[in-house]
Amino acid sequence: MFFRYLGRELTKRKRQSALVASGLAIAIALVVVVSSVSGGIKSAQTQALSGLYGIGTDISVSKTSVPGQGSQRFAIGGNDGRTSGVTRTFSRSQLRSDPFTGTLTQAQVDSVSKIAGVKSTVATLKLNSVTFNGTLPTFGQGVPGQPGGQIGGGSNHFRPTGGTDGAGGSSFSVTSFTVEGVSVASAKIGPMAAIAVKSGRVFTASDKGTYVAEVDSGYATTNSITAGKTLTIGGKTFKVVGIIASTSTAASTPSNVYVPIDVAQNLSSNTGVYSNVYVAANSSANLQTIKVAIQKAVPTATVKTSAELASTVGGSLATASSLVNDMGGWLSAIVLLAAFGTSILFTTSGVNRRIREFGTLKAIGWRSRRVVGQVVGESLVNGLIGGVVGVALGFGGVWAVNNWAPTLSATVAQVSNGFGGRPGGFGGHPGGFGHAASTAKTGVSLALHSSVDPGIILLAIAFAVLGGLLAGAFGGLRAARLSPSVALRSVE
Amino acid sequence: MYFLSEVTKTYKGKRGIVKAADGINLEIKSGEMISIQGPTGGGKSTLLQLLGALDKPTSGSVMFGDEPMQEMSDRELADLRAQKIGFVFQSFNLIPTLTALENVEMALVPLGLSKDERNKRALAALESVALSDRATHLPSELSGGQQQRVAIARALVKEPSVLLADEPTGNLDEATRDDIVGLLVKLWKDKGLTLIIVTHDSHIAKKAQRHLTIKDGKVTEKKAA
Repeated sequence: MFFRYLGRELTKRKRQSALVASGLAIAIALVVVVSSVSGGIKSAQTQALSGLYGIGTDISVSKTSVPGQGSQRFAIGGNDGRTSGVTRTFSRSQLRSDPFTGTLTQAQVDSVSKIAGVKSTVATLKLNSVTFNGTLPTFGQGVPGQPGGQIGGGSNHFRPTGGTDGAGGSSFSVTSFTVEGVSVASAKIGPMAAIAVKSGRVFTASDKGTYVAEVDSGYATTNSITAGKTLTIGGKTFKVVGIIASTSTAASTPSNVYVPIDVAQNLSSNTGVYSNVYVAANSSANLQTIKVAIQKAVPTATVKTSAELASTVGGSLATASSLVNDMGGWLSAIVLLAAFGTSILFTTSGVNRRIREFGTLKAIGWRSRRVVGQVVGESLVNGLIGGVVGVALGFGGVWAVNNWAPTLSATVAQVSNGFGGRPGGFGGHPGGFGHAASTAKTGVSLALHSSVDPGIILLAIAFAVLGGLLAGAFGGLRAARLSPSVALRSVE
Repeated sequence: MYFLSEVTKTYKGKRGIVKAADGINLEIKSGEMISIQGPTGGGKSTLLQLLGALDKPTSGSVMFGDEPMQEMSDRELADLRAQKIGFVFQSFNLIPTLTALENVEMALVPLGLSKDERNKRALAALESVALSDRATHLPSELSGGQQQRVAIARALVKEPSVLLADEPTGNLDEATRDDIVGLLVKLWKDKGLTLIIVTHDSHIAKKAQRHLTIKDGKVTEKKAA
């Protein structure tokens, strides 16, 4: 009888049922859309970051170099190069560490690995391969005993001759690309965890200590590098064994070229040190605790959790994220509260309109509990209808957003290995090329794709049930307090 | 059946305290048919609600058999109404969304009967008021007289010992009135009920064995002719 009565009430009082259900449906639809879009944005953020930090990285540990320590010179000795008359031709390749990145020792990496809650770590060494090609005058009239012309600031004491123009002129080019020393073992976190092999192969254990390289597909395309070809890094010839790309369609891999870590350390004279440590935690709930422990173990390190890494994402993606998380969240909450309020209002007013009915039921022996149950039941079913319709509307909304497919730009701040030179003359003072200090932003475009998570559906239904229960509770309370004599007297 | 002793019932009205029942002493025996008359606002409905366990007295006692109703909990009063007291209202008070049969069944819900048993007894009750052919009709599809018959069937389906009727013919035309009164009297006689009718209509009152008049909360009894 409960369900028959309930069904009759809902179908015969269609307008009221529809009003209550539609209010909840709109709110639920909004919750579904906002949650799904928010999920889509988070996924886009992860996508934007995964190329840079790798999949599964919970915490990133790096070290900023102490000012002054990062300066590296590109010295050219007096006997370097090939002399032809009054002109010398140079070609020099060096593998050097990033001037703005400090290094972490093996002991520090080990101490991070041993911290409670740390599941695994992967350490890498980020380097720059700088190649100098140029033609310089010989400076035959140089000060005896001093090295020949060096690039750098200084004053000219002699009238120069030779060079490209016969009057001491020079011509040179500098090319650089980023090289990352990585473990040859397969990794579940870090930069090599988020790659797909386009051609060739990935590193294997036998690659340890050998001059082999993996090249980012974007860099390879630009520089016409294919698997099987060779590449000069730090003056050594490396065999390209694979062309790789980020699994994220949005970004390229973090470095241009990857080589075995031990080779990278030896060639750059950084034996036993690392520039970055990628940490995976056992539980995301422990990230803050682990972060504090890492900071304690390696006080000079910069430690960033995945959330902090996500906050480094800028551009329209960040704007959309804050828009959805802030305004969308508030809008959902307000609409949800309004829907709850409307449901409560309509249910209570429905009870008021049915005073005679409930008074009669009590007069014929219905206990208050049964009357309340009837009211709550009706309200709950209304809520469920609203929830189902809301989820359907939400699916429609998410479909519309995906169909619209807005493209979001994401910029991720990262310290780059910029290369620049101070204007230099030629003279007695040793000179050098300095690295330009810059914090670069990697920009990517992402198509927003939202999907409705089953958890969101359950959450939406839970909200609808909650709305129904709240409305039913208020209406039921009114019905429970109803004295049958007062109810009957009020209509007589 | 009923024994009322010094029963008072007061309400807070807009113009102060209203005494709807003022020291009522009354005994009603099982199987009696009693009419209650009096001016509007005199306390008729209040007395009926006290007898029907819909309300408790402010003071005094209302005994139903051996049970003091003023001491019963709301739950006990609900159970008493469910099992032993039937109501018939002036405006029928049928649930508009349910059919005649379902309306009658509603009175059996508190008794915890099976669906089949409820259905069987409800149909029999409708049969007893000559309305089984309208079992599937909604109240809006029935005439006033038919609706009141459904209300009577609903009141009697649980086989109560008391039937309380509050102006049962107040909303009916004269012909239908006679029809309903005839039905009530017949059921009273056939089922051995205690029938208490509140009415303005002297024609109905005349059918009762005892005639009570209530005015300003005080009850007086006029012996039947």
